[in-house]
Amino acid sequence: MNLHEKKIPIIKIHDYLIVPIQVDMHDKLAIQLQSQILEEIAKTRAKGVLIDISVLEMVDSFIGRMLSGMASMAAIMDTSVVIVGMQPAVAITLVELGLEMPGVDTALNMEKGMEMLERRLKSRKTDSF
Amino acid sequence: MLEFPYNTDCDLLGKFKIDTEYDIVTVRQVIRQYAKDMGMGIVDQTRITTAVSELFRNMYNYAGGGEVLIERGEVESHNALIVTCMDQGPGIENLELAMSDGFTSGQGMGYGLPGTKRLVDRFEIQSVLNEGTTVRIMKWK
Ligand SMILES: Nc1ncnc2c1ncn2[C@@H]1O[C@H](COP(=O)(O)OP(=O)(O)OP(=O)(O)O)[C@@H](O)[C@H]1O
Ligand SMILES: [Mg+2]
Repeated sequence: MNLHEKKIPIIKIHDYLIVPIQVDMHDKLAIQLQSQILEEIAKTRAKGVLIDISVLEMVDSFIGRMLSGMASMAAIMDTSVVIVGMQPAVAITLVELGLEMPGVDTALNMEKGMEMLERRLKSRKTDSF
Repeated sequence: MLEFPYNTDCDLLGKFKIDTEYDIVTVRQVIRQYAKDMGMGIVDQTRITTAVSELFRNMYNYAGGGEVLIERGEVESHNALIVTCMDQGPGIENLELAMSDGFTSGQGMGYGLPGTKRLVDRFEIQSVLNEGTTVRIMKWK
């Protein structure tokens, strides 16, 4: 497959967007994905976003920054982002690199991530009474 | 171009150019494969791949690209994967500052160089203003 032409799908299920990142992203693709997700949040009024990075073999400072930037932008739009399935080796490397991803929540897998979002939605609903 | 004094005999595994952001992805994948072939574990594979990705992006962002040399050799009785990144960009004015956590001259977070150093077993950097920058890193198997 041509590296230049890969596109990452965004899937909507109920109130959530699911983004399975299946390729080693180059910078333009990462930036494109970021704005694509934000547009999709605005369009669908999704309450939460699950970004599955379980096949990503590395996250460098660029992708890390993209993920945390997206989480804070989504927060402004009242949407939560959960990063799902980060490989242990990737997590270790991120810590050693010194990259803290402020505002980024992580979950072990899709199911746990979904539970996290549901819990958050519920607590938000009770808050507003 | 700057050169490090060679302290060892190395086999040249490959030589690549980093001209575009696609090259960053392609060449970091090549290096992961070499790390794998040498028998490095998954965490070390991830460390070296992430480290070179930071160095490639620095070359691409600040020097308009550069060259990469991949070697394998015995260093201090270690089986080493050696990656040298050379560019002919503007050079780094203050190396000490550039190597400190959180320093960036641009929009970065300033963890590329100091973070890379933490991910590898050897980290050497030379830079001359208006001539360029060379970074050599090594990872032991
Ligand atoms: N190859 C290079 N040529 C010229 N200047 C460089 C080069 N590499 C790094 N620098 C300088 O050193 C600074 C620190 O680099 P470092 O990679 O640590 O952080 P960054 O690139 O600014 O941010 P990050 O890597 O976290 O995105 C850069 O901001 C830049 O000014
Ligand atoms: Mg950098």
